Amino acid sequence: MKRFFVFFSALCLVLAALPAQAVQPVKIGMITTLSTKAGYLGEEIRDGFQLAIDMEKGRLGGIPVQLLVGDDGRKPEKGRQLAERFIKKDHAKILTGLVFSNVAMAVVPMVVRQGIFVISPNAGPSYLAGRGCNKNYFNTSWQTDNLSEVIGQYATEQGYKNVFIIAPNYIAGKDNVAGFKRYYKGRVAGELYTTLGQADYAAEIAALRSARPDAVYFFLPGGMGINFLKQYAQSGLSRDIPLMGPAATDERLLHAVGAAALGVINSSQWCVDFHTPANERFVAAFTKKYGRTPTLFASQGYDTARLIGSALAAVKGDMTRTDDFRRALEKADFTSVRGSFRFGPNHFPIQDFYVRRVMAAENGGYTNRMLKKVFNDHVDAYVGQCKM
Amino acid sequence: MLVVEQILNGLQLGVMLFLMSAGLTLVFGIMRVINLAHGSFYMIGAYVAATVTARTGSFLLGLAAALPAAALAGMVVEFLILRRLYHRDHLDQVLATFGLIFFFNELTRMIWGRRPLFMEAPSRLSGSVELVGGLQYPVYRLAVILVGILVALFLYLLFSRTRLGMRIRAGATNREMIGALGVNIPLLYTLIFGLGTLLAGLAGVMAGPLFAVEAGMGDSVLILTFVVIVIGGIGSVRGAFIGAILVGLVDTLARAFLPALFRHLLASPSSADRMGAALASMSVYIFMALVLSVKPAGLFPARE
Repeated sequence: MKRFFVFFSALCLVLAALPAQAVQPVKIGMITTLSTKAGYLGEEIRDGFQLAIDMEKGRLGGIPVQLLVGDDGRKPEKGRQLAERFIKKDHAKILTGLVFSNVAMAVVPMVVRQGIFVISPNAGPSYLAGRGCNKNYFNTSWQTDNLSEVIGQYATEQGYKNVFIIAPNYIAGKDNVAGFKRYYKGRVAGELYTTLGQADYAAEIAALRSARPDAVYFFLPGGMGINFLKQYAQSGLSRDIPLMGPAATDERLLHAVGAAALGVINSSQWCVDFHTPANERFVAAFTKKYGRTPTLFASQGYDTARLIGSALAAVKGDMTRTDDFRRALEKADFTSVRGSFRFGPNHFPIQDFYVRRVMAAENGGYTNRMLKKVFNDHVDAYVGQCKM
Repeated sequence: MLVVEQILNGLQLGVMLFLMSAGLTLVFGIMRVINLAHGSFYMIGAYVAATVTARTGSFLLGLAAALPAAALAGMVVEFLILRRLYHRDHLDQVLATFGLIFFFNELTRMIWGRRPLFMEAPSRLSGSVELVGGLQYPVYRLAVILVGILVALFLYLLFSRTRLGMRIRAGATNREMIGALGVNIPLLYTLIFGLGTLLAGLAGVMAGPLFAVEAGMGDSVLILTFVVIVIGGIGSVRGAFIGAILVGLVDTLARAFLPALFRHLLASPSSADRMGAALASMSVYIFMALVLSVKPAGLFPARE
């Protein structure tokens, strides 16, 4: 009887341990913004990320993964709570999803010190690229200033001498304007800082008209951009004074703005009409699964998942091999949908940047088409401050 | 010329605010209910109009569908929820109607999704027209000003020339007395609330081609609306009209000219920008504080 009991206990142990070792998936905590007006950004990132998992039937890099998604509501304290829950309760070793810089600043410095990896698909504040860089923090999108630097360079190349600037009066607004001015060599016709979340831009548009600029640089993310573009088109100025902005007209926004966005110049590291096999596969699968055209944010979510997959494959899903996992991430051994992709010493991408122009699409809607490449292997401005 | 254009912009913002605040001030003044969910009916108006306009291609049909929808939604909310709150204190009302904001925002997300809707000005009102002196001005904004003035006229006639208007005014002045005189107060309240949400819905329809039609679009306009009715005097439609125009003008003109003014006054352009932008966004509240320091009950208080 006693022997039977020992045997039985052993059998139980083995049975209990077996599934735990064989199919325990790697947990990935996604802290992203799904509510508030900006919630579509998180939705795009999550859908792009999930698509990469689904295309591998629940795996990334051949390793089973479990994606845990939490909504930070754009609030730093909520982001912290989610991070604690994913790390303490779910024992996740990888966090991702961060959309906004203010949430990233609350979460990233706290968790990377605990040896947790953060792979940001969007938020790239200057502090984390420079003085606050960390060996466990990676960014797969861009440093916040980058997309505005592209517009600055484009304006210089176009020979614009007199550009009007409009941006909301908050940190990212100031950072973007600084990025624009870093590469724009002409004169500033006027500079307006609006209230965050402002709806009516009639006063600003009238001031802009009287300044008679060659072109307008605008950084008005989300609903603010929709308001501005609609009102700008009605003012009749869009015929004479071109608009340019960083990632200003993603496909979701275009749906709401329609013809009022025609001709708007915007910068991106990716465009839906890139003819690479990896991108065509992504765009086709995304459109089939979700019934809409992916935005650059969706492409960032997808690339982030594929990057994590490449590193998981390198350590065979063993997240205790942190140094190997980090080295594998640094190699960035995956085919990005944007083409060339590698990490700089501060773990931010070194990549090409493009400007796109809003055109009418074949199916009757509006979409972005590649106009020209502006930067080759562009490096952010803060890399020199990073001591890792 | 720039000044004229900016004054027109201020007027246009003012009449939009008037459409919102006329209903809110009635509800606040007569029913003594603080209705934070007023912006939700603005949103409902915009969503219904955008949907119907997209389906039928006709802005007028969108308008025709949105107005009854907003009024009906308002009356249903009054019947189901607000009736239970009349005798509670203001904190309970604030809590309940604040909850309604979340309810309606989430409801629109469930029905229409997160993607903002597309809505275009009717083709006859799109583009801009030349006014005197080579001033180019969007036709649609002129139409908004016209609609706002017509509504103000209509409300003036309604209140001064009709029996319903007389009852509403009487209700604002002394609620108990008109109840004692045999006026059906519950029905009157439902009608007033419906009228208020209809006007909010109209503001939402007018806003559709100008602003993003998205969940939560009513929340930002609500704050200015409260400023308007506090300045105008709670319960007074005339006060709401004057207050709305003043707030529209102050907000627009401050945004238009303060930054430039500070650039003249201050040596460093970056601190001038900061100060100008900050003060421009505060201007309405400073204006409110000034008005209240002179007339604590607002410009045209309904009750003396």
